[in-house]
Amino acid sequence: MMNAILALEDGSVFHGQGFGARATACGEVCFNTSMTGYQEILTDPSYKGQIVSMTYPLIGNYGVNLQDVESWRPHVAGFVIRELSPVVSNWRADYSLAEYLEQNGIPGIQGIDTRALTKKLRVRGALKGVLSTEGLADEEAVGRAKAWQGLVGVDYVKEVTHKESFRWDEKDEQSASFNLARGSGTVEARQVRDPLPPADIPVVAYDFGIKYNILRRLRQHGFRVQVVPATATAAEVMQHKPAGIFLSNGPGDPAALGYAVRAVADLVKTGVPIFGICLGHQILGQAFGGRTFKLKFGHRGANQPVKDLATGRVEITSQNHGFAVDPQSLPGEVTVNRINLNDQTVEGMRHKTKPVFCVQYHPEASPGPHDSTPLFAEFREMIEKQK
Amino acid sequence: MPKRTDIHSVLIIGAGPIVIGQACEFDYSGTQACKALKEEGYRVILVNSNPATIMTDPEFADHTYIEPITPECVEKIIAREMAELKRLGVQGKLVLLPTLGGQTALNTAMALHRNGALERHGVEMIGANARAIERGEDRQIFKDLMIKIGLDVPISGTAHNVEEARAVAERIGRFPLIIRPAYTLGGTGGGIAYNREEFEEIAKRGLELSPVSEVLVEESLLGWKEYEMEVMRDRADNCVIICSIENFDPMGVHTGDSITVAPIQTLTDKEYQIMRDASFAVIREIGVETGGSNIQFAVNPDNGRLVIIEMNPRVSRSSALASKATGFPIAKIAAKLAVGYLLDEIRNDITRETPASFEPTIDYVVTKVPRFAFEKFPQADPTLNTQMKSVGEAMAIGRTFKESLQKCLRSLEIGRSGLGGDGKPWRIGAEVYGDRDILPRDVITRKLSVPNAERIFFIRHALRAGLTIDEIFTLTKIDRWFLTQMKEIVDFEEVLAGTKN
Repeated sequence: MMNAILALEDGSVFHGQGFGARATACGEVCFNTSMTGYQEILTDPSYKGQIVSMTYPLIGNYGVNLQDVESWRPHVAGFVIRELSPVVSNWRADYSLAEYLEQNGIPGIQGIDTRALTKKLRVRGALKGVLSTEGLADEEAVGRAKAWQGLVGVDYVKEVTHKESFRWDEKDEQSASFNLARGSGTVEARQVRDPLPPADIPVVAYDFGIKYNILRRLRQHGFRVQVVPATATAAEVMQHKPAGIFLSNGPGDPAALGYAVRAVADLVKTGVPIFGICLGHQILGQAFGGRTFKLKFGHRGANQPVKDLATGRVEITSQNHGFAVDPQSLPGEVTVNRINLNDQTVEGMRHKTKPVFCVQYHPEASPGPHDSTPLFAEFREMIEKQK
Repeated sequence: MPKRTDIHSVLIIGAGPIVIGQACEFDYSGTQACKALKEEGYRVILVNSNPATIMTDPEFADHTYIEPITPECVEKIIAREMAELKRLGVQGKLVLLPTLGGQTALNTAMALHRNGALERHGVEMIGANARAIERGEDRQIFKDLMIKIGLDVPISGTAHNVEEARAVAERIGRFPLIIRPAYTLGGTGGGIAYNREEFEEIAKRGLELSPVSEVLVEESLLGWKEYEMEVMRDRADNCVIICSIENFDPMGVHTGDSITVAPIQTLTDKEYQIMRDASFAVIREIGVETGGSNIQFAVNPDNGRLVIIEMNPRVSRSSALASKATGFPIAKIAAKLAVGYLLDEIRNDITRETPASFEPTIDYVVTKVPRFAFEKFPQADPTLNTQMKSVGEAMAIGRTFKESLQKCLRSLEIGRSGLGGDGKPWRIGAEVYGDRDILPRDVITRKLSVPNAERIFFIRHALRAGLTIDEIFTLTKIDRWFLTQMKEIVDFEEVLAGTKN
């Protein structure tokens, strides 16, 4: 078994056992409180540049399967857990977690006190760190953590966005919702899929680091999705004659994305309906003329309560963000219509006169609760009203 | 929506005497409810025949009746309290909260509803109304509703006499078959039949024990994985999962007799979210307006097929475990929701800053192990089945499953320090073996193949005797994840045994 080290910029060092790849990686160390869904977390492009620590201690129990990926590969810089399952127990498992990380060159560390790490991050906020399974000495590891550039002001979107525009799942092979075998059904369990409606509304989806489940959900709601790179200009988007525009999640600091903010500000003016999620919401915030700021330790988990101020309903949401929109900085034509019940931060915005709305959380879930799935239908209704 | 102001007094029915199948968990829930309602300024009236309960201490209710929990008696109490309200000249209503005293309270409330007493006295049920209780408790109605909302259920049928039972068995066409009598405590009178003779015997007994002479005969899901979800709902239809639970013992052993673990360990997020969605669909369809429900599922380990087993439209045994496992006081919150509060209007007891409308997430593992007392009942059959036989339980928390299991086994007060390796002998029938003796394979195989109180320890014996994980799985159908965890404990025992001093 490899020895492994996790060192933080504040000088603290955790020793454990390595798994996954033999490698050394720098990243912002953050924690996620989801008890299931590590595979979706690993493959979410929003985690680019981050070393993710899971607060739930037993990870890897159900392995990794080829279906539940959120992009073409895992993106975390490193993975920190309390205990790696020595066995994989699930009917769909294709690999163990260790095999999967090894194949993808990502180092993992287990056997450290992740609770102590979480407590530190809650007090100090997210910290720069180094995870190494290559026998790095303590001092060198701390030195590298301190020297790392960090996330603030850095554009990670350019590293995860697709370079070319493409049509999502033209043959409808990847978009159906996962479901389970029923009754004495004879269909092979892995092939069970819910049927898809016709794809009758063309939309353009900005890829700032988009998760597959957003694309699946859009398709499941009858959208024909053209994905464009993060650097696409408003004119390039409008060439596709979209009935709606979607702004995706993505990694890093929204303040580093001047090009995207300019494009989105132009698109808001066109009157084409816009729906944004997570980083897309932060970009809209800036396009409206608002400001974003870094949260102390971010919201990462599947149990964040969000209140819809219009209806009073509470949704339990899946979240993954380190930055937030400052409500004081928003102009009068934008309403904050959803807030986080834990810390009162902005979770949703709606333009008073234009068909534009967005949420800071992940209605596509994956991982996490499905409470907010109806937002995709809301986007569709908004577009249909415009016609 | 704030609390209801039209209510003056709340009548809470306790759970009565402690019996096998029902221990002190409903004293815990009832006490929490009394405190929560008094805190809100309501007058609390309590009926419970068991004086050895916290809830019957004078400070917990305004009026405590130590009387038999029968419909006749409770009706007299209602009449007396209505007269008292009149005498006091208060405007508010007297309402009945039936969901915190286990099956006893629920059955009593339903009897009062059926005989018209509640209507006669103008007493409203809060938490769950009679319609919801009926939909949740009547197996056939429940099953029809589940099919209606698109959930998968085991193939089954109800019977009111032995002939009808035989007809259902014929239709399913294979043993084993499960027999569950309607409306009995802890599944009393039910069982698993492996052949025709057993089937006739259990069906007859079940029909006799069911207060409505009804049994359900069902496709066997023996060996499937079993799960539970603890759900809360408020009257604005906000729903949250408080705790998910995976049973160590697969289907076939009553949940009360199963070793259980929170949270769920071996489901992917995709599977877990389908189970979560199904749980909400169930509580909504059954119509439990406010409060907690416990919903049980079975999962076929080979293809993930998810089948709904049952729901308890009330605070249950698992609620106590879930409350202690997560810090979310289910009974207390259920009481507050019943009088009209919304989840986001109630404070989270742990953070004291954030609201109760959240889903607890934990960074540890909770294990519950049932405590049996077969030594006190020499005639009792120690085989575990769908009728609950344990007399209590212990719970332990650890950062790993191994830690929580070992702590829990130690907490049982059966003289063991964990799975074994503590130097104490093993008594198996008339035989006595040393702690580190390798037991004969036939003894191990026999003890593994049929669920029993000592099976957990025989997994250690099996591993020490060289049985593989797959061999143990074939005999027990206990998930390989749990078995592998236990193997790590057993392997470490060898390391310790090999260390000098």
